[in-house]
Amino acid sequence: MTAETQTPAVKKPEPAGDDSFMNVFLRNLWSANNVLLTALSVVLAVVIGAVLIVVSDAEVLAKFGYFTARPSDALSSSWELISTAYSELLMGAFGDPAVFQAWFAGTATWQQAFTPLSETLTYAAPLVFTGLSVALAFRGGLFNIGAQGQAVLGCIVAGVAGFSFGLPIVLNLAVALVAGVIGGALWGFIPGLLKARTGAHEVITTIMLNYTSALFLSWLVIQKGVQAEGRSDAISKTVAESAQLPSPGGVLRVHLGIILAVLVTAGVAWLLKRSAFGFEIRAVGANPHAARTAGISVARTYVLLMAVAGGLAGLGGATQVLGTAHALTPAVAGNIGFDGLLVALLGRNRPWSTFFAALLFGALRAGGNRIQSFAGISLELVTVLQALIVIFIAAPALVKAIFRLRAARSTGLGASLAKG
Amino acid sequence: MSTATVEDLTEVAAPEPFWSRPRKLGTALILLGVVAAGVFGSLAPGEDARFTLSENAEGAALSIHGPFGAVLFGVLTVIAGGVMVAGLLKRRSNLLLVLGILTFVLSFLCWQVAGHFMPLVDTTEGTLQLALPLILGALAGVLGERSGVVNVAIEGQFLMGAFAGALVGTMATSVWAGLISAAVGGVLIAGILAVLSIRYLVDQTVVGMVLNLFALGITGFLYERLMQPDAQTYNQPPQLPEWRIPGLADIPVVGPVLFEANLLVWLALGLVLAIHFGLTRTRWGLRTRAVGEHPTAADTVGIRVRGLRYLNVLLGGVVAGIGGAYFTLVATGSFTKNMTAGAGFIALAALIFGRFTPFGAFGAALFFGFAQKLAFFLSAIESPLPSQFLNMLPYLATLVAVAGLVGRVRGPAASGQPYIKS
Amino acid sequence: MAERRLALQRPPGSITELREIPLKLELRGITKRFGDLVANDHIDITVEPGEVHALLGENGAGKSTLMNQLYGLLQPDEGQIVVNGEPLVFKSPRDAISAGIGMVHQHFMLVPVFTVAENIALGAEETRGGPLGWLDRRRSRRDVIDTSKKYGLPVDPDALIEDLPVGAQQRVEIVKALTREVDLLILDEPTAVLTPQETEELLTVMRSLTDMGKSIVFITHKLKEVKAIADRITVVRRGKIVGTASPDTSEDELAALMVGRAVSLEVQKGPAEPGDPILKIDGLVVDDDRGVRAVDGVDLEARAGEVLGIAGVQGNGQTELVEAVMGLRAARAGAVRLDGADLVGLSTKKILGSGVGYVPEDRSHDGVVKEFSVAENLILDMYDRAPFGNPIRIDGSKVGSNATERIEQFDIRCQSPATPVGTLSGGNQQKVVVAREMSRPLRLFIASQPTRGVDVGSIEFIHNRIIHERDQGTAVLVVSSELDEVVGLADRIAVMYRGRILAIVSPDTPREEIGLLMAGITGATAEGEK
Repeated sequence: MTAETQTPAVKKPEPAGDDSFMNVFLRNLWSANNVLLTALSVVLAVVIGAVLIVVSDAEVLAKFGYFTARPSDALSSSWELISTAYSELLMGAFGDPAVFQAWFAGTATWQQAFTPLSETLTYAAPLVFTGLSVALAFRGGLFNIGAQGQAVLGCIVAGVAGFSFGLPIVLNLAVALVAGVIGGALWGFIPGLLKARTGAHEVITTIMLNYTSALFLSWLVIQKGVQAEGRSDAISKTVAESAQLPSPGGVLRVHLGIILAVLVTAGVAWLLKRSAFGFEIRAVGANPHAARTAGISVARTYVLLMAVAGGLAGLGGATQVLGTAHALTPAVAGNIGFDGLLVALLGRNRPWSTFFAALLFGALRAGGNRIQSFAGISLELVTVLQALIVIFIAAPALVKAIFRLRAARSTGLGASLAKG
Repeated sequence: MSTATVEDLTEVAAPEPFWSRPRKLGTALILLGVVAAGVFGSLAPGEDARFTLSENAEGAALSIHGPFGAVLFGVLTVIAGGVMVAGLLKRRSNLLLVLGILTFVLSFLCWQVAGHFMPLVDTTEGTLQLALPLILGALAGVLGERSGVVNVAIEGQFLMGAFAGALVGTMATSVWAGLISAAVGGVLIAGILAVLSIRYLVDQTVVGMVLNLFALGITGFLYERLMQPDAQTYNQPPQLPEWRIPGLADIPVVGPVLFEANLLVWLALGLVLAIHFGLTRTRWGLRTRAVGEHPTAADTVGIRVRGLRYLNVLLGGVVAGIGGAYFTLVATGSFTKNMTAGAGFIALAALIFGRFTPFGAFGAALFFGFAQKLAFFLSAIESPLPSQFLNMLPYLATLVAVAGLVGRVRGPAASGQPYIKS
Repeated sequence: MAERRLALQRPPGSITELREIPLKLELRGITKRFGDLVANDHIDITVEPGEVHALLGENGAGKSTLMNQLYGLLQPDEGQIVVNGEPLVFKSPRDAISAGIGMVHQHFMLVPVFTVAENIALGAEETRGGPLGWLDRRRSRRDVIDTSKKYGLPVDPDALIEDLPVGAQQRVEIVKALTREVDLLILDEPTAVLTPQETEELLTVMRSLTDMGKSIVFITHKLKEVKAIADRITVVRRGKIVGTASPDTSEDELAALMVGRAVSLEVQKGPAEPGDPILKIDGLVVDDDRGVRAVDGVDLEARAGEVLGIAGVQGNGQTELVEAVMGLRAARAGAVRLDGADLVGLSTKKILGSGVGYVPEDRSHDGVVKEFSVAENLILDMYDRAPFGNPIRIDGSKVGSNATERIEQFDIRCQSPATPVGTLSGGNQQKVVVAREMSRPLRLFIASQPTRGVDVGSIEFIHNRIIHERDQGTAVLVVSSELDEVVGLADRIAVMYRGRILAIVSPDTPREEIGLLMAGITGATAEGEK
């Protein structure tokens, strides 16, 4: 197996001829930081996405049919397709220059100009919470695939609290948010307890709980007292206005959730770095045996950690219901839990990095909507991009291998040109 | 050599824990039985529950008075539990457990079917059909898991297989091309899983989950780009034919289920046997298990650990890809977005519930298939019992199993750990 | 590559037909580097047919690395392996086996859930053909029985490995190598887990193997065994050969060669002044992970100002005894009293908090968190108490100043308090653990294998610290499988065998007598035999 001869452990000294500028440059950059790796991963994902866009377009493919006769046709139409797609994506995420100009000219409102950013932040807010949930659990050595289920529980409990109690303003919102946290915490507590008591692997238990909660939600929304009156489809009553997260309104959907996300990120960062519980989490995550020997109760840490992680994911679900959806449907939580998994991986389980990873994912999602409606390219492109970015992030050696290969090739080309 | 050692000392007495595994399980069975006899028995309408031996209400049938049946089987459950608690038949405790669960299910059926009829052929056939992808997916899991690679990407392999099967099947207008492409689709995902986890040492569960999302994204993307606008060219695959073996197909119940079936049924059953005997009786199996249990030991006798892991994960990709073909080439006539809807995770559940063995996975897949079929049946007879709860059964059963309530499930020792040469 | 493929096509063992003279091995200039570390530096060794060649060296001297290259698990960066005059390249163990070289690893390479026959067959299976290779189990069994009879090594082919005691597992490993018809057998620290009795048996087996013309490379750091069995001795230190010796060389000379300077294994200490009993263990019963009785009714007493040593071959319940005292393992029966208060059922945190210091036997597994900094490791069990913090938050500045102080006091060699502990040497990691556990007022100090895998300089330092702790009036419990260490440190020695304390003796007791006790032979019966 050739793979065995190329393990990272068996590093051969680089041949002397490899000291080209490109290689030295790359080597220095590698040692520099992870930001570059992230950037290169994004580039790779975007390139693969571009290929997908082209190969799935019948018209452009037809032009490749006579590529040898008139290559410019195929290439220019491919380029046009790709550049449209990605520029729509950027405009959907950050803003359309044309609309900004219109705003300055007075023909559009500032709200319209900031709609894309508002969308980005709207999609990012729940992902911050689910991302932090997964990241925090990871730091304690647990792989919380259950963020999805915990978010669903958060949705359910926050939603039901949101339309049931009719408490005064502020209080109603606070109660609904706390309810969401409790719902998620409960759904995280179960796998934590099972892990601590019986050693059941959290990956398995949380996967099972994800589907259990999804089925429960789809049953719940069609029950009397929950289902919206006069509706036959699966949708619940609307959350009381006093329990909704405040938002500027109009075309701007962004809501208080993103501010909450900043605060919670700061809280999680403090927890990990300065608190005794954070010390326990990190110790248990790095070496549970040594932690136990030092008197840290690993079982208690697992249970608490999963409850806290569940609570975070539950808060993500609550944000979704109270901030954006305002009513329960079987798909109300969307994919926020699984996306949170990707967000945490992208953020390398560090709180603030996770926050920015969530912003990136929110931007992709907002841009994806625009691609879908303006360029007619499936929104699923975004899912592909997100998964690809994380795959590359998770395998730094792979990215290095790809770029080293390209660097070597380009030097080869340069050398042959010099000789010629 | 001196023989005056102290080996023959007897142990100091210490109290044995009272709650042994059979006691716990037996108590659980007794409780279930009481619920069955009491609740099911009293709720059952006072009519006969008919189980017909055909696909409809016609023909011969077994029938039993509903409440009587519910109570009878509930009492049997209690007896099975009682025997376990009393510590009798210790060697047969697994058999007792199965009996207890079976009688509990029968009691439940007597309650639900009372006043209706349940066609056994249709139920069996539906169970097997619903279990088909689960069997294949779980077998894929067995292949990876036993060689030390956790495969949580079964769902992704299903989706890729289903998609590739539909796409190529339609474009080539050949169901066989579709089937082969489905296998290739599964291998594609398995290949990424293998390379990333075996060569690049990325956490296997992480890769698996990301690959699920990747498969969901890419099939969804291509579906919306290609299949949705032009279904005729891309999304109308031919279906796998049903073959009938004359003679054998006339056996009641079993005949129409097993001998008037499509290729996948025979393939799945064949693979269960092949993988079981392959693992236990062949050099490949011995080495696979060694690599999954103690890779360093395997390495020191000259077995190529990573090579074998690659092989098994890719073989698993073939099997899971074919399992994906079930969705587009057997169950429905076209691909739709996220059409597997978590079946890959039920397959994973079956793998764990079946304790990582082919027969166990097969049994668990049938059990879960039955639960799904039952959910359909109950909503058809408009039972007040919500189908969502029956559909939760595979997940809850697995939860109970991994929590060690039904005996600890322990996977291969090196499962999930990348092999790094020191 | 082509050469290797040829070697692979030959079934292992068949090469023996080609080889008529017994195997003579030469290692020429073998060099292996891991990053900056030179694990083997131009090693030259010749092993003649039929001899026991001992490779003597401390832990970490590079013996195992060398043998792993000889066995094809690692490839040398420089140098040659020459078998019977022919230079060979071993890309995997398969190549080494087909060249006639077998190895018994320190940690047995046996699959616990397989039978003996399956383990022995693995990698060289007897099959009845077919694409997958249908196993011929009967032939595999017969092969095991044949080899076992031929060499006088009794093994049961149908037993599961996990049910066998270590001595039997080792026999399986040897049979496994012998069924592959190897002519040179590498034994890596084979006696580490054996009782003196089992060691005796192993030496007999080794002798009979060499009589049949096989040669043996015997890796060890135990001087007595080397003197008893070896024909030639090569001493390795820090990756280099520092000398060769004959079995007539005195132990002192060998020890000096091995560690590089004349060392006194004696610990400098004054007489103990025992005070009141602090730790009292009564009728303690503990099970191991598999539910097998590990501690079988132990009574012990440790007094203030004395060191109580527990001697015994590893795996006789010492680990479980200490873990039970520390609340890391449930006691099935009995009591553990610290100053009269029962510790059984208390959490480890409470036990540590009541004035117990604990150095676990497996440092990297249980003692330190390698990813954590030195400073964090120094408060690993005190992070939530004054002065370092409270149950809510940790005071970073206190943690830092504590680290600076301890690093100075315990001579911990590290770049800074923020350095991850994993980058430190074994000795310095152990000093971090010891420093941590001694940095609060103690009533009882428990150290398991306190100097395992630690360099000589650190050993002396740690021993002195332990005696210093004793002289402060702390009760000290030292568990070690190194008899020398126990004898050197302890004021009283309890010998543990199969979960029981066979006797409590004074450190002046003759070594042989303690050795017999470790083998489960009590003084009275042993004398009766004479």
